[in-house]
Order: sequence, then structure tokens, then C-alpha cells
Amino acid sequence: MDNLKDIIIIGAGPVGLFTVFEAGLLGLKCHLIDALGAPGGQLNEIYPKKPIYDIPGHPEILASDLVDNLMKQISPFKPEFTLGETVIELTKDNEGIFTLMTDQGTMLRSKVIAIAAGLGCFEPRKPALANLEFFEKKGVDYIIRDPLKYKNSKIVISGGGDSALDWAIYLVNIASEITLVHRRTEFRGAPESVRKLMELSNSGKINVITNAEVTQLNGSEHLEGVVVSVEGGQPQTLDAQFYIPLFGLTPKLGPIAGWGLGLDKNAIQVNTLDYSTNIPGIFAIGDINTYPGKLKLILCGFHEATLMVQSAYKIIHGGKDPSFKYTTVTGIKPMQ
Amino acid sequence: MDIQLKIIDRQGEFHEYEIPSDCGLNLMELCKSAELGVEGICGGMALCGSCMIYIDQGPELPGVGEDEEKMLDTLMHVRKNSRLACQIKISEKINGLQFTIAPNQ
Repeated sequence: MDNLKDIIIIGAGPVGLFTVFEAGLLGLKCHLIDALGAPGGQLNEIYPKKPIYDIPGHPEILASDLVDNLMKQISPFKPEFTLGETVIELTKDNEGIFTLMTDQGTMLRSKVIAIAAGLGCFEPRKPALANLEFFEKKGVDYIIRDPLKYKNSKIVISGGGDSALDWAIYLVNIASEITLVHRRTEFRGAPESVRKLMELSNSGKINVITNAEVTQLNGSEHLEGVVVSVEGGQPQTLDAQFYIPLFGLTPKLGPIAGWGLGLDKNAIQVNTLDYSTNIPGIFAIGDINTYPGKLKLILCGFHEATLMVQSAYKIIHGGKDPSFKYTTVTGIKPMQ
Repeated sequence: MDIQLKIIDRQGEFHEYEIPSDCGLNLMELCKSAELGVEGICGGMALCGSCMIYIDQGPELPGVGEDEEKMLDTLMHVRKNSRLACQIKISEKINGLQFTIAPNQ
């Protein structure tokens, strides 16, 4: 069985990251889990280059810079990360120890769980196609984990954003045939990617179909082809072993909804004393929680994390109170 | 002055509102406060697409901005009359607008 962690934090957004710092000051070590492949949550996923103006001490800071700074700030406390995995199961034994399982089979144990999952976990947007779910793992992929999987295959990608363009370009030398289907005429990805795509399209290496949508998936056991409907034209049937719709990610509350936590409109109800939930040992901080007067602000999440770790310390140390110290007095004691 | 807005929610129910034109809200914020099931995840930055609406009828609206256009490019259920509610400010100019909330992404 894995080592017992002090605090497992679900969600590696700004609030989850800052929890590591406040826990670290009390000598508690954290393990973060996030469905995304990198820390930062919505700051990196939705608005990395947007300036934020209400972080105390920063008159203006880019969202991605705030994430970088938080990573630097918590580095002395050596947080562990499990990224690209979604927590699907959470159980508690008679001794008050939680066991958490991810969709990739990672198992972790701790006495305290901090849910800092923001808007929920980011899941791919799925196109409305009749038998889409049947073909999941049988030719339909929403996320490209292993590009070599598509070696010598015919693939169809849908989407017009950076992700669709970048992958179509990347896979050109791996797949045997690539078709990019886009609903509109224009591509709004990075100009350099658009230029490259057009070059590959002109030289016949990528088949680009615009003003079009994939409207049907064909195959018996595995995907064998797709039907592309073109505005004002005849539908085309294409051979394809893989269909990869890349329409970006959207957050969903996901499995958290089924853990017996008190919910109010997709948010977890907490006690503002320490942001504890109705299940002892589970706390909820940041955008995921709700209480009278709640404001979904990063700075409020930082405050919630700070108070939360005080109670977490008591749970982990058998009811003992942490001693309160200023960082100006004690400095930072790095962990091993 | 007060303006009139008509909204059809995701259940097909019709709602009519009279709102002060200087309330300072955008249509996403209105839909949220009226609890019509619009999430407005990104808070109004045209970055999540959770507030997509279909414009049914009414006055001509200000054009679609670059950020909004980029977002609409990546969404599901987009139609020619799609807009992001967060990018439309409530003002006298939109008096009489009728729109339908698009399905969840």
C-alpha cells in the first residue's frame, strides 16, 4: 500500500497550489491530483494570458505568471503531483483514513482530503453524434496521449482551434492520411499554425474540409469511417480508423457529485469556521465551495486554504493545535 | 428607462423581463441572476462558451468581437445566429431583444 500522505489535494489550480504552502508552514506534506496534464487549473487552461488585478501585492499579473510564482513559492515543501488523472472513487475506513482511486488506477491514502477542484474537472467537449459513446476507445479519442498510436492509420480530426491545428500538423508524418474538418471557413488558431496548415493542405498532405461537420460514425466493432456533411454540398464518406474531435475542454463536477457531500447547485457546502464539509476530514476550498456570502475569487480561496490547514493539522496530529508563527520570524523550512 | 427582453430557456419556457437599461449587467449575468441555468464559467471573458445564446429577433446588435468569434469557432451547437451572452451589454440599444439559451456544451 502507498505511504500515508498528510493532505491529498484534489485540484492543482491556484488555491490547491497555495494550500501546499500553508500546509508546509505547519510541516504537513501535500500530494496534488488534477485531471489536467499541468498545474494551474483554469488559469492555464482558460485564460493564461489574461491579467488579474485583484491579487494582493500584484497590481497586475498574468494568470500563467501567477501559477509560475505559486509553483516557485511551494517548491520548498516538495509537493507530489499526479497529473492527467481524474479521481473517481473516494472511500473512508473505520480508522478515518481515506483511500482515493483515479481513472488510471493510482491509489492514494491520507487522513485529510482538500477538494480545491474549482469548476470541476475539465472534460473534452463531445460532438452530438448518435453512436459516439459506442466508438469511445474503439477509434474515437478526445485527447491525444500517445501520437504513435495513429501510425499508418487514416484519421479525421474535427475542430478549428489551436489544438486541432497543432495536432493535425504534428500527425502529418505519423498517420497515413489526415483529414481536418472545420465548421467554418476561417481558422482562428495561431497565424503560424494556420500558415503551416495551408501549406500542408496545398501540397496534399492534409485534406482540409471547411464549412463541414462530421455527422455520422460508421463501423461494426471498431471505427471504419465517418460521414462529413458539407454546407450546400453532398455528404462525403471517408475511411477512418480514428476520429479525434478537438473542441476544447469544459469543466464538469464529475464523480465528486457522488461522494455524499452536501451540495448546493453544483457547489460543496462548507462550514466557514474551517471550510469543512459534512464528511469529517474532507474540506472544500476555492470556487468549488459555497457558503453565505461566498465570492468566487482567488484571494478568497487563499484565505480558505489558510484556515483549512489549521483544522487539517489537528486531524493529522490527534487533536493537537498547531502553533501559530509568522514567516517573518521563522522563515521557510524546506522539506526533504 | 426600462427595456424589455424575452428569453426562452433550455426547457423551452418563455420569460419576459423589464430591466433598467443602466443596470450595468450583460446578458450572461442577467441569465445567471434569473437562474435560467446559464453557468458563465469564465465570468464573462468569452473564454468558456457556457453562455451561448441564439438571437431570435430584435434590434441589430453590435458586431461579434475577435475573442467571441474565436470561442464560437470551437463550440458545439453553433448556428449562424449564435452569440455569447457575456459579450452583449444591457443597454437601450437592445430593447425588445428575444433570444434562446443554447444547449449545454
